[in-house]
Amino acid sequence: MGLTHQSCGSKASREKFHVFTDSSEQPVVALAGNPNTGKSTVFNALTGLKQHTGNWPGKTVLRAEGVFLHRGRSFKLIDLPGTYSLLAHSVEEQVARDFICFARPDATVVVVDSTCLERNLNLVLQVIEITDRVVVCLNLMDEARRKNIEIDIKGLSNELGVPVIPTSALMGEGLDLLKESIYRIALGLQYTKPLKINYDDVVEKTVEKLNKKISFYLPEYLNLRWFSLRLLDGDMTIIEAISQHLKAEFNNTTRRVSSYKYRESVN
Amino acid sequence: MKKEVKLTELLPGEKGIVNHLTLRGLERRRLMDLGFVKGSVVEVIRRSMFGDPTAYFIKGSVIALRREEADEILVIKIDEGD
Repeated sequence: MGLTHQSCGSKASREKFHVFTDSSEQPVVALAGNPNTGKSTVFNALTGLKQHTGNWPGKTVLRAEGVFLHRGRSFKLIDLPGTYSLLAHSVEEQVARDFICFARPDATVVVVDSTCLERNLNLVLQVIEITDRVVVCLNLMDEARRKNIEIDIKGLSNELGVPVIPTSALMGEGLDLLKESIYRIALGLQYTKPLKINYDDVVEKTVEKLNKKISFYLPEYLNLRWFSLRLLDGDMTIIEAISQHLKAEFNNTTRRVSSYKYRESVN
Repeated sequence: MKKEVKLTELLPGEKGIVNHLTLRGLERRRLMDLGFVKGSVVEVIRRSMFGDPTAYFIKGSVIALRREEADEILVIKIDEGD
């Protein structure tokens, strides 16, 4: 692939993650979720694949990718490793975090286990802290019904500020609604208002200060607040991830602009 | 108020309510991500041969923890018949 306009800058970071879309218009959709939430079943149900695994650069974590069609549009679906968190305690979490953060999928579907929502919502909150293009897929609804678990789907959706779609991927339930929701979010036909998590005053004030200090170094499309929070956590892996990401960016179009900005700020 | 005990002091079959984590930073975060937040009920499932690691049931999943980690989790023991 030659260096077209699209292959430079923001979209180039996806190629670093070995996501090659058929065209620059093909939206990329990431599937995240805790382990054992039926994430792969959702993946297979959407794509019609049995399994198709690929490998991450330099990592031995398997991932799957496939394509699904909806309303005549083709979407690239990436199955991320199952994790309880995105705060990078393990390679899997780092892979999932870096993908959502730097490859910036057009939509991220968080698959949750309806029978243990409390545990699963932790990851949902972490994802909506990074990106507002989120669809929550309440999977295993058939099991929840069997266990007489009732879920206030509208209430949950209102509180989280993102669409919540009940499914049972195994039974083929709710998949059309899920596709429709992904379609609307990925193509920007629907905007979300994710719940903003407010921390105590000390943290919020420090985040504000940090934001001002680091905003110059981060490209605009990255979530400044989220990075500041991670730096406050003392998360060293995020610093490494940013510098690697920026290096890839520098090799593309942003180099000249950045060095120009840098000279300006020095003078 | 009942006394806090270390999670490692509970025997298989016993339950407790997470009350306090004595860890800081990313290690604390990791335990919280696994479900060990204040107020969660945790049950000791089984212990491996030399008592380490131990499997715990919390928020619908079984999680295995090493002694060093479980020692940092303080729980209020739930007595039988409570």
